[in-house]
Amino acid sequence: MTLKILFRTLLACFILVFAAPSFAQQGDPKPLIDALAKADFGEAEKLLGQIAATGDTRVVPALDAFSNGDLYFRKSDNAVFIGKTAGSGFDLIDPLTGASAGQAAKNAVTKIKINNNLRRVIRSAMGGLTLLSPDRTVRLSAADAVLRSPSPENLELVEAALAKEADKEVKARMEEARAVSVLSSDRSVDEKRGAIQTIKNLGGRNALGILSGVSGSIDPSLKPDLDAAISAIESEQQLWDMVQNVWYGLSLGSVLLLAAIGLAITFGVMGIINMAHGEMVMLGAYSTFVVQQVIRESAPGLFDWSLAIALPIAFLVTGAVGFVIERGVIRFLYGRPLETLLATWGASLILQQTIRSIFGPTNQEVGNPSWMSGSFPVGGMTITWNRMWIILFSLTIFVALLVVMKKSAYGLNMRAVTQNRRMASSMGIKTPWVDALTFALGSGIAGIAGVALSQIDNVSPNLGQSYIIDSFMVVVFGGVGNLWGTLVGALSLGVLNKFLEPSVGAVLGKILVLVLIILFIQKRPRGLFALKGRAVEA
Amino acid sequence: MNFKMKLGGALLAAALSTTAFQGAFAADDTIKIGVLHSLSGTMAISETTLKDVMLMLVAEQNKKGGVLGKKLEAVVVDPASDWPLFAEKARQLISQDKVAAVFGCWTSSSRKSVLPVFEELNSILFYPVQYEGEESSRNIFYTGAAPNQQAIPAVDYLAKEEGVKRWVLAGTDYVYPQTTNKILKAYLMSKGVPESDIMINYTPFGHSDWQTIVSDIKKFGSAGKKTAVVSTINGDANVPFYKELGNQGIKAEDIPVVAFSVGEEELAGLDTKPLVGHLAAWNYFQSVDAEVNADFIKEWKAFTKNDKRVTNDPMEAAYIGFNAWVKAVEAAGTTNTDAVLDSIIGVSVPNLSGGTSTVMPNHHITKPVLIGEIQADGQFDIVQETAPVVGDEWSDYLPDSKNLISDWRKPMSCGNFNVASGKCGGKGS
Repeated sequence: MTLKILFRTLLACFILVFAAPSFAQQGDPKPLIDALAKADFGEAEKLLGQIAATGDTRVVPALDAFSNGDLYFRKSDNAVFIGKTAGSGFDLIDPLTGASAGQAAKNAVTKIKINNNLRRVIRSAMGGLTLLSPDRTVRLSAADAVLRSPSPENLELVEAALAKEADKEVKARMEEARAVSVLSSDRSVDEKRGAIQTIKNLGGRNALGILSGVSGSIDPSLKPDLDAAISAIESEQQLWDMVQNVWYGLSLGSVLLLAAIGLAITFGVMGIINMAHGEMVMLGAYSTFVVQQVIRESAPGLFDWSLAIALPIAFLVTGAVGFVIERGVIRFLYGRPLETLLATWGASLILQQTIRSIFGPTNQEVGNPSWMSGSFPVGGMTITWNRMWIILFSLTIFVALLVVMKKSAYGLNMRAVTQNRRMASSMGIKTPWVDALTFALGSGIAGIAGVALSQIDNVSPNLGQSYIIDSFMVVVFGGVGNLWGTLVGALSLGVLNKFLEPSVGAVLGKILVLVLIILFIQKRPRGLFALKGRAVEA
Repeated sequence: MNFKMKLGGALLAAALSTTAFQGAFAADDTIKIGVLHSLSGTMAISETTLKDVMLMLVAEQNKKGGVLGKKLEAVVVDPASDWPLFAEKARQLISQDKVAAVFGCWTSSSRKSVLPVFEELNSILFYPVQYEGEESSRNIFYTGAAPNQQAIPAVDYLAKEEGVKRWVLAGTDYVYPQTTNKILKAYLMSKGVPESDIMINYTPFGHSDWQTIVSDIKKFGSAGKKTAVVSTINGDANVPFYKELGNQGIKAEDIPVVAFSVGEEELAGLDTKPLVGHLAAWNYFQSVDAEVNADFIKEWKAFTKNDKRVTNDPMEAAYIGFNAWVKAVEAAGTTNTDAVLDSIIGVSVPNLSGGTSTVMPNHHITKPVLIGEIQADGQFDIVQETAPVVGDEWSDYLPDSKNLISDWRKPMSCGNFNVASGKCGGKGS
């Protein structure tokens, strides 16, 4: 009896000892994950393949952490953990169970290195593993991941998931993912033909890439189907390219409009050759930076509101600076355009150097709020959120300015003063104050533009210089003294530039636009929308 | 006639002796070195840092007792990002201030501007920035990377590790990107990449609207072959470029971008989270795990009294150049230009990546090439490090220069020796 028990125990031990490694290969991902600690990139890729092959969904957090560079191993025992920065060290988390595994000092653990290739492998593996997740959005992104990195290994997983899927949208995405995986597998010709159709209906650049990718290796009998699908997508894409060009043109135009609209008031309406205009834009951008710094330090939750908070502040700051420049310098120089030019240029250099002394010569980091980041697809093109908001924003400013100029009492005074100063003065309008407020308004608008431009360009002391020439170009081209001219001028220059750019390149495109403007000004010296009447002669 | 000649001779002798006397006088208490970096204008953003590094290195050397028992004194001038002014300031440093050597310049235009001055007045310039090659002067030492120490290893990495088959060469429209892209194109074609798989694109300085180009890159990348962008985009234009890439959703896993002009300093003004995985190739990263580097970073932060200051590749190049000069002067026992030019060749000094760099007879140095991936914290994670590579001044992939070599040791002493014709001088095969 005892002998029997002893024998059984021995047998059990024997089985355990010898079976354990093979069991680990099949089911337990823990040793595989621990092996990542000492693996080079090539070995890590193989290990990841084996981890994915376990089909164990518990590895998903570890893979996710690996892909984000949050996977560490402890130097003392080479055990692998997910690390979260905590103070001067790390909180260690068990990669499989998610349980806390204590803390470690910074130099007690080493980060496991990752490169793009491994990230791709992980993306594909995670796609396969999360296809059956109970969470709909996770399943959707899993299908996306499989779609973007097709591999025949994922095919069975996708098919299993498809059979269980109930949600319509997810199912459609999975069909596409299946089609992509079928193309790279060794399935039958008929099945592949169906897959080509599915991908063709999917459309877009991605589909084009997938189809052209297999065109070298595909069965010759499928070649006609494939070529037909490719050319169908291509011709559709060409149409979208046109739409996209117009959109890019409008977007560039809206940036030009933003840069120029303040100048349309100080130069266009008041006739001051304002070389410090670019610096007002720059001050607006720095106001945004300061606001964001304060928010980052004292109220990080408000970060998405930072631009809205920065708008009035930028307007007030730059408006005040404009007011001081007008009262301090420009008012003594009315009627002397050359002196004004030099004085405002001097002011611009002073402002630049002041900012350089305060904030330093390097670029400052102005973050994009979440609603300004990323993009969304519209048909065959992608629209980035920041560009779309900037287009809407510039048009809003334009309309608001137009209303102020045309409908408000202050706008009426302003127009009266610029059209006939002496008459306006006789009617009891305080012309010097109107001048000062108008210049402040133009500067303030430039500051608001700076808030928007900080989202797409460098925030450095040189920011203004890169916009000053474009701004003058737009105002002169559109017609001095006319807001509509500035709008049409900016948008048409933007679209023209973007239609030239794909065919002749960015450098030559810019030169051609300048040449065209010079020719145009020769023909119509007063720009697109010339003011008529006596005001012009005055 | 005879009298005139005598008078002339006497005057000349007097002039010579005064300069000799002045030189001797200056040499008595200190040794002066020139620092020729723009402290104002558009290049100030990059060059100010190098001026600070030079001042730090000089202070440090003086703490160790100086050179040849004398203190070093840095003469700092500001050429204000103005190329002709560089030549003027260089002349002033050499003839008026009598500096023993000059450390300076950033852009190739400024280097080309000062080159004749250094050759005419026979002084030494240490140039610390990566450049396009195709130059070798008796009086200049190029401690930054030549194209084979940066561009070609980066392309090799992408081809091998990421399986890239299709290439976008995007750059700013000036001499460094143009020449580098010419070399890269020739190199890729020599590796069997068809011309249709190479797209070259140039943009103006400070380009800020990248929508069209990024979507062109996307289009070029949808041909079913793995695509990568090799970027020689300069300075400020990088920030809007990377923002647009991030916003249009081009991830490093799909189309990686490898840059040659983007370092820690440039990333400091950028939210790098959407850029994780994009690459840069340099000879040094701040994240290099070496004791000498940790010491250097600590010293730099202490010297600038700013805990957030980063270190970058040109700083390492300045560090190597300075130490090589110090070692050569100590070996020669004098700061005399000709003696130093002879003694510096073959000098080995530690670099910041934990190895040593040697000054080669072609006035370039040996250093390892590091490929790094951008991290969320604005630093680089090094994914590959090569053995030290010798800088190749005349590219082997351009028909004009493939037969040229440079060797400034006697008796050859030639910067453009043509191995095909066996003669010194001239371009052309």
